[in-house]
Amino acid sequence: MNDLTTILSSAVRLTAPLAFAGSGEYVAERSGTLNISIEAMLLAGAFFGILGTSVFGNVALGLAVGTLAGLVVAVIHANFSHRLAANTFVVGLTLNVLLLGLTSFLLETIDMTPKQAGEIEIPVLKEIPVLGEALFVNRWPIYLLLVVVPVAWYVVARTRWGLEVRACGEDPQAADVTGIDVNARRRQSLYFCGLCAGLGGAYLSVAQVGLFNQNMTAGRGFIVNAAVIFGGWRLGGTIAGCFLFGAADAMRLALPALGYDINPQLLIAGPYVLALVAMMFFAKRNRAPAALAVPFERGLK
Amino acid sequence: MSAADRVGSERLGTASAAAAVGDRARRIAVNVALYTLAFATALALSALLVVVATDASPGTVFSAMYEGSLKTGAARGLTLDEATPVLIVGLGAVIASRAGIINIGPEGQLLIGATTATAVALHAEGPAWLVIGLTLVAGAAGGALWAGIAALLRFTRGVDVVISTLLLNFIAAEVVSYAVGRPWLLQETTSNLQKLPQSDRIPEELQLPRLGSFPGFNVSSAVFIAAALVVVVAFMMARSRWGFRLKMLGYNPTAARKAGVSVALMGGGALLLSGAFAGLSGGVMLTGTVFRLQPGFSQGIGFNGLLAALIARRNPIAVVPVAFFFGALRAGGGFLASTGVPRFLVDIVQALLVLAALFPPLFLDLARRRRELRNARAAARRTAPVPETVGAAA
Repeated sequence: MNDLTTILSSAVRLTAPLAFAGSGEYVAERSGTLNISIEAMLLAGAFFGILGTSVFGNVALGLAVGTLAGLVVAVIHANFSHRLAANTFVVGLTLNVLLLGLTSFLLETIDMTPKQAGEIEIPVLKEIPVLGEALFVNRWPIYLLLVVVPVAWYVVARTRWGLEVRACGEDPQAADVTGIDVNARRRQSLYFCGLCAGLGGAYLSVAQVGLFNQNMTAGRGFIVNAAVIFGGWRLGGTIAGCFLFGAADAMRLALPALGYDINPQLLIAGPYVLALVAMMFFAKRNRAPAALAVPFERGLK
Repeated sequence: MSAADRVGSERLGTASAAAAVGDRARRIAVNVALYTLAFATALALSALLVVVATDASPGTVFSAMYEGSLKTGAARGLTLDEATPVLIVGLGAVIASRAGIINIGPEGQLLIGATTATAVALHAEGPAWLVIGLTLVAGAAGGALWAGIAALLRFTRGVDVVISTLLLNFIAAEVVSYAVGRPWLLQETTSNLQKLPQSDRIPEELQLPRLGSFPGFNVSSAVFIAAALVVVVAFMMARSRWGFRLKMLGYNPTAARKAGVSVALMGGGALLLSGAFAGLSGGVMLTGTVFRLQPGFSQGIGFNGLLAALIARRNPIAVVPVAFFFGALRAGGGFLASTGVPRFLVDIVQALLVLAALFPPLFLDLARRRRELRNARAAARRTAPVPETVGAAA
């Protein structure tokens, strides 16, 4: 295995949790929620995913438990900010504190015997030079991406529900007048986001690492936010953004070991700077949903 | 109007006044009940967690937190020390949110402020009081500079402030990590073979003086900086033309623009100012409690301060109790270790209490909106009967 293959495999592995969560965050942002509790959802998924494998002794059940944990965080967030009209950033920041505290607390008080998902090799395809190793020899949950990403695309781009979600993100007042329950659509998009991010977190712990560390997501949720921005609020762009961040992370880990002398801080900061610069130049073309992070309240003022 | 009518209307007046008093009493009762219920739920959940997951009892946990944060003079000083930077960041965040700007980058601005402050503290020459002053000013300038990037992007290229300040947090963390890892920048100049990625400790004479004596009540004088800022910010907001314009901009940007308020100047200024407060907070932490720059210097203080401001709902005075409460929780957390309960419990309690504090007013607001909508619909049905077809379409 040469250096490029190593880095590429590592990049794909590091991209996967971001891509799961990114698919969800893309839907949430299209509905008008700039969801910063995605960090909490990832952490919940990671911890309860591992806890699930420990309790049930089964990787698939662990992933399911993690996914549901992400959903629980989303339900709290959605009902506080899109039913009770709490400031979404207050709720998001609070949930981040809550889940970081809760997972760290439980990690120290619960004994676990975690299980890691097995690796599968796809015959023939893995022989493809350079890419084969990275794409076709992986722990099996990564291939759930082949379901999650198309589903996210399909529901947003091809269903009535998705059209309504996008309307809520662009012009909630107009959507409301046409009879769409704006806050309900925003809640539902957040639920979807919670499921995806929970699965992403569970992938991180159950498949990639095989155990849970304190604060193991380490800001990946915010990276997902940045990836959606970088991708110009399109699903393809979002996944590309996730890969960019994943690749930067892979290079930071791999390059020193391979003897290259590249500034690690620059490698980590690079994608964020890139996202900012992209926003600067493509502000017109990569337009954010017009009502992103603008709360909607129905009724008389 | 006949005499009988007048008497009738007066009677009606007293009756409605009595109804208003009854209404008010009922509203207070509902509020008290809701808040009690919300806080009781939050505390019960925390207690449940302690009982289920640890060997300690909620009572010992509570008394340990009380001991660590409020019981003794030393503990009260620690609480104030913890609350001070949160309060300063919170005041800045209040300024920005008054102008309708959500700056979620205090964490990064605090880090950059701490970096510039460290550079000045370690390199400037002169009398100690002057260098301390310069250090704090450099902190504020660093924070303002970092927020200024977001302001510049917002008002020249239309980049959303929420997004840019969020991204700048991460870049700031890398800037700090870079600076403390380079000997020619801020890395420590120890004679040890292995240099750690951190700055030198700032010299004793540049540390803010502590008041009181060690075993008893003692607190960093930084708390006075924060107190003075509370007074200044509260006064400026309530009484100055600047404060009025800021509020106008926050409530209705269009009206503010029509009234001659420059959105870029006022909004950008508010953003810069909130960055300056976060940066100053970094400077205060450096000279008051932490004394050296290292990765992870900010310890979530930026996010905590922002949270305090958002809970205080644009009111600078209300930030004080919230910051104090956060400070008490942070201080009490250090004492938890003695009971064998992980200190992370503090974060859980804090988050649950914040959610509990959010709940009652929002719940009442939701109930009010629903009631009004229902009444308006009923009134519309009474006054203008809707044709069957339109009703069916709606």
